[in-house]
Amino acid sequence: MYDIENYYNAETIKEAVLLLKEHPDARIISGGSDVLIKIREGKMAGTSLVSIRDIKEIRGIRLMDSGDIFIGAATTFSHVTKDPVIQKLIPVLGEAVDQVGGPQVRNIGTIGGNVCNGAVSADSAPTLFSLNAMLRIADGTGGRMVPIQDFYLGPGRVDLHQGDVLTHIVIPGKDYQGYHGFYIKYSMRNAMDIATLSCSVVSRIDPQKKVLEDVRITFGVAAPVPYRCHKTEEALKGMEIGDELFAKVEALVREEINPRDSWRASKAFRLQIGGEIAKRALKESIRRGMVDDENAAGGEQS
Amino acid sequence: MIGKSVPRVDAYEKVTGRAKFTDDMILDKCLVAKVCHATIGNGIVKSIDTSEAEALDGVVKVVTFKDVPNHCYPTPGHPWSVELAHQDVADRNLLTGRVRYYGDDIAAVVAEDEVTASRALKLIKVEYEEYPVVLSPRLSMRGSEHPIHLDKKDNILARSSFAIGDVDKGLEDAAVQIHRSYKTPIVQHCHIENNISYAYMEKGRIVVVSSTQIPHIVRRVVGQALGIPWGQVRVIKPYVGGGFGNKQEVLYEPLNAFLTMQVGGRPVKIELTREETFTNTRTRHSIEYEMTAGVDREGHLLAKEMTAYSNQGAYASHGHAIAANGLTASRLQYACPNIRGEAYTVYTNCPTAGAMRGYGIPQVCYATESFMDDIAYEIGMDPLEFRRKNLIHGYYEDAYLKPIAANSNGIFECLDKGAAYIHWDEKRKAYADQTGDIRRGVGMALFSYKTGVWPISLEIAGARLSLNQDGSVQLQVGATEIGQGADTVFSQMAAETLHMDISRVHIVTMQDTDVTPFDTGAYASRQSFVTGTAVKECAQLLKQKILDYARTLVPGNVDRLELEDGYILADGRQAISLEELAMESYYSLSNSSVLTAEVSRQVKKNTVATGCCFAEVEVDMKLGKIKVLDIVNVHDSGVLLNPQLAAMQVHGGMSMGMGCGLSEQLLLDKKTGRPLNGTLLDYKLMTTMDTPDLTAEFVELNDPMGPYGNKALGEPPAIPGAPAIRNAVLHATGIGFAEIPLTPQRLIDGFTKAGLI
Repeated sequence: MYDIENYYNAETIKEAVLLLKEHPDARIISGGSDVLIKIREGKMAGTSLVSIRDIKEIRGIRLMDSGDIFIGAATTFSHVTKDPVIQKLIPVLGEAVDQVGGPQVRNIGTIGGNVCNGAVSADSAPTLFSLNAMLRIADGTGGRMVPIQDFYLGPGRVDLHQGDVLTHIVIPGKDYQGYHGFYIKYSMRNAMDIATLSCSVVSRIDPQKKVLEDVRITFGVAAPVPYRCHKTEEALKGMEIGDELFAKVEALVREEINPRDSWRASKAFRLQIGGEIAKRALKESIRRGMVDDENAAGGEQS
Repeated sequence: MIGKSVPRVDAYEKVTGRAKFTDDMILDKCLVAKVCHATIGNGIVKSIDTSEAEALDGVVKVVTFKDVPNHCYPTPGHPWSVELAHQDVADRNLLTGRVRYYGDDIAAVVAEDEVTASRALKLIKVEYEEYPVVLSPRLSMRGSEHPIHLDKKDNILARSSFAIGDVDKGLEDAAVQIHRSYKTPIVQHCHIENNISYAYMEKGRIVVVSSTQIPHIVRRVVGQALGIPWGQVRVIKPYVGGGFGNKQEVLYEPLNAFLTMQVGGRPVKIELTREETFTNTRTRHSIEYEMTAGVDREGHLLAKEMTAYSNQGAYASHGHAIAANGLTASRLQYACPNIRGEAYTVYTNCPTAGAMRGYGIPQVCYATESFMDDIAYEIGMDPLEFRRKNLIHGYYEDAYLKPIAANSNGIFECLDKGAAYIHWDEKRKAYADQTGDIRRGVGMALFSYKTGVWPISLEIAGARLSLNQDGSVQLQVGATEIGQGADTVFSQMAAETLHMDISRVHIVTMQDTDVTPFDTGAYASRQSFVTGTAVKECAQLLKQKILDYARTLVPGNVDRLELEDGYILADGRQAISLEELAMESYYSLSNSSVLTAEVSRQVKKNTVATGCCFAEVEVDMKLGKIKVLDIVNVHDSGVLLNPQLAAMQVHGGMSMGMGCGLSEQLLLDKKTGRPLNGTLLDYKLMTTMDTPDLTAEFVELNDPMGPYGNKALGEPPAIPGAPAIRNAVLHATGIGFAEIPLTPQRLIDGFTKAGLI
């Protein structure tokens, strides 16, 4: 039995915004896989809820003519993973959200909820950071676009005010075209778990010259909010692909991230794992770039 | 019927959702009770104010520690002892103002619904005086200013010891002396169905419906706790969603019974949350071991010594029985002339430890079998060869507790099967001296396990059979089905002895202490052995009554009457069907007498089961991850009553063993003793994605003590997995970890310290 005071159902974005303004104590519920847990734990007990589950316009994924990908905030993890646009253009995102919890949670939890919950361990976050995602937020007055880097304010805190509704996550074409990515979730078991540490690497290579042209490395659970390793990225750009590059990413990441000591894992432990998973994720993203290049070359020959 | 993989008799009911569990039977307008748990780990309640909670709309009653009976009562699911010295420690009140662990029960709210009860809990105002929290048994036994229980000034609940031969001399004579320390974690049963009960009054008596392994013991303890005659209590046990020992304990049933009395007998439910199940029920004892041994040049054990420090937590529960069980096991199975053992069970401010599948043997097996591998490593001998050199062939008996004995002993056959399965010799060679980032190893461990609790405690079981009009039978036992398949094997036993198809045996699955024969319940891997003995005798008795009655119906002089496949055979020929006989017994105008049989049997027997686990692992050195590539348990549990059920039992146990070895541990905050990870998210129970294919193999020897040649299988599968995996990691990496579980943190720390990464 959940301690919920009132429940309001919105069918359009506008209605959701109005309901939220009308009931300042009400919180948004989408899939409920975070909200219901907080109610059960007592943290949000007695709250009122505005449901956005029935708003059709914020579900599903669209590829725009510009090449930008619009992901509806209320799209479930399962639908993100199985979406043909995601599978073809940014498979790393589909793979990342396929590591959330278990099948039941992935069928109910949404990618927008994952972001708005503000948890640093969110499986979608590192990859969305590495893809330079933009967030489209409706507020009843025309709305705004916020870079995901600016959206996370602290643990469990995001740049949303009462009456704001995240409607879409936008992946700009220029930020994924020509790039390949890989996400590693490091957790204590292989399912039904949250990340102890996670890393998403998105990279662009010149396969002929065997050079790393561009790279974006983001960690989950290495700081209070998802953390882009800008210093490491700058030092790696332009490096030749090889053992030196991989040794360097491991060492630099350990210098740059600042994970905490907790009963879940020590700082020393997270630093060891951090360097190792950054190296393995970079290797795999580069390998994917190489394979793609070979396939493209094979295609031209035939 | 015995030895056949007949489908579970409850399979269809459970799969279709028709089977009724406690929560499915809740009465209309049942009130809901919630317990107010202390938010300090040690101290006293200075003041408690419940006025706001009482004023909340929908709250029916609030009680605190000031309102409950003063006398203490015991909680473990042991048979009662009529000898004062052997009675369980009574150290608990229904609610307490002396807080002994974080979460101790200080008050309770009864309300119209769950939300109201939860809201009322938040309105109770409590002030505490705090004492320092002590979580380590070795620290706690130095004594504290405020002993956890007043009558144990040094916090030691109990100590026991034994000595065989001359250990000091044996160690002196040894070519090599080895000393090691080991430690096991606090783990939790994690049964799917959280603890739940409801209670109401009927004709001045209290009825408690509970998810329990031990209905007859619940009846006794509710009577003791409330100070009322035991006959005033009726306990009903529906289907149970797992227990693993945590329901071999009387938990909130006495409080539940007390609360219904407080509200005029209206039904009241207490359903624990998962968090409460972790903190406020029972756990497996964490035990620390100091081990010393001496071996001669050929690798024979000349002497061994063990000291155990068992962390009891805040209340006695099963208490010293767990550490003492480990002491007994430490002198069985290995042929060592000089053995010494000592065990302490110590109160601390941890959650209370109690019974859990294996009852102290998973802990002692982890320490012993890790130690055996460490000795073999030290003297450069193959660990399997070391075992074979030191294990006893054939019969052996305990030096102290008669008649505990290996009346059949298949350990060498088990080892051969396990070694062949895992390709021991090849892989021990192939994986020697690895240096890479990914390393593999194979390891093994073995165990012995008693069947039931005789002679340490009473063994008694009851069974009742009655012949129905159609020639089928009704079977009633006091032993409980808790998911292990007990109902199925009891039905098979009755069918076997009565020579009928299992479809003709109708077992009554629900126990009701008003009508069910007396039996102490599901624990100690006892039921197929002890209750099995009662079922067999009961079936033999009914069979005799059927044949005696048949003699009145079959005309002429007949030498030999037999019961076979639903017919009475007179000198080998079908004379009358069982159905016809049954109809006569019910309705004959001249000679009707319905045929029933009832047996209450004390069983003064015991026999030792054995087995082993072999595991192959792959260690990712830089990520601190262990992957179990292959794992097999081989069991000698005598004749298998139902091979499919037996394999199921082994699979479940293997999963538990792996969890304990790899990922499960209940962590406590050092300052307050508050569980840090008492949820199924943070307590890392293995999921199917973490579990490799599990292989179960058996060595079937006919045990002369078992009613059908069978011996213990319920608990043994959970025992050898953790040390086998630990020993495989030793083989892979050269690091013999002292403490489990082998979490990534522990591996990375160990590898870093050893300079491997």
